[in-house]
Amino acid sequence: MRDKKVRVLLAKPGLDGHDRGLKVLARGLRDAGMEVIYLGLRLTPEQIAQAALEEDVDVVGLSCLSGAHMVLFPKTVGLIKEKGGGDILFIGGGIIPGKDIPGLEAAGIAMVFGPGTPIGEITGFMKERVRRRGVDNQD
Amino acid sequence: MTPEIARLVGGMLAGDKPSLARLISLAEDDSPHFPEILEMLRPRLGKSYCVGITGPPGAGKSTLIDRLVAVIRSRGLSVGIILVDPSSPVSGGAVLGDRVRMQRHYLDEGVFIRSMATRGSQGGLSGGVQAAVSLLAASGRDIIIIETVGVGQTELGISGIADVVVLLLVPESGDDIQAMKAGIVEIADIIVVNKADREGAERLAEQLKAAVAPGRTKAVPQVITAQAINDIGIEALYRAIEKRRKGR
Repeated sequence: MRDKKVRVLLAKPGLDGHDRGLKVLARGLRDAGMEVIYLGLRLTPEQIAQAALEEDVDVVGLSCLSGAHMVLFPKTVGLIKEKGGGDILFIGGGIIPGKDIPGLEAAGIAMVFGPGTPIGEITGFMKERVRRRGVDNQD
Repeated sequence: MTPEIARLVGGMLAGDKPSLARLISLAEDDSPHFPEILEMLRPRLGKSYCVGITGPPGAGKSTLIDRLVAVIRSRGLSVGIILVDPSSPVSGGAVLGDRVRMQRHYLDEGVFIRSMATRGSQGGLSGGVQAAVSLLAASGRDIIIIETVGVGQTELGISGIADVVVLLLVPESGDDIQAMKAGIVEIADIIVVNKADREGAERLAEQLKAAVAPGRTKAVPQVITAQAINDIGIEALYRAIEKRRKGR
């Protein structure tokens, strides 16, 4: 068998053009040995859900800086779970007020990473959680 | 055959996309179950037609596929798409970004898109591509499109898998000496000179026609000029592919 790789889908739902942070994260995950499917911006939750299922990813990372995260994140997570992606790990990022985090966690976002988070913290969290799912990792 | 794999194969044959997606992952990871899965699918293979799209980085392969898929879908044919991008030789990771150009097809039930990293393969493809093509064929896709990594002169793996190889070049791809050289130009069935609004496109097209003709063992490739982003030349490319698909 070839080595298994952690596959991560990164996307920006909604009408938000700020993709610098997500692109930095894409390169950071690449450098940590992960396969990143970069979807880009201005996507609907339905489009992201379809892509996540076709790509059979281990992790979905959603970024939002427009303030619409309380609608778009839960909707995206819900669609993916409903269509058979129940074992996927969800993470979020962007400009997310602290008071919103419990609500997002309740909706299935395992962790929210705000501006200034070191990349290593994000990759460390993902590797830990994904390993528990049984996907081997190369460190 | 484990019950889990039997369930996935059954799901895939019933049209379940997550089952197909998981089976492609098993192919990518070179699962020991795979020969058995392929054996089971063998009677369902052979109906799909496989189109390889290759060319240098930034030539417009993903954009061309986006436009070509729109034409194929307008004819009522279903499509499976495999997009290959390179794995890092340093970390083993990858950024697979070809999908970005194809967002309008995400919600089309007749289109299945999958990104793959090369994972150390050198021929412009990934080791799992052949098996993924078989899975897409077994799932009933009429046309399967493979996009190779951005290639140079000698990544020729696509010629062993695709029924037709489309090579994309751009006007800056070089002069008649480049067109004469051995390698990738020789495996192309159709050559598309993309970004044909730029200077030198017609000249390159003429040089390619002149250079590839003498002494070829394969049929002389058709040369098409196109501007994928402006939807120009896509219909001509579709007809060229369709002619070969019907004629096989």
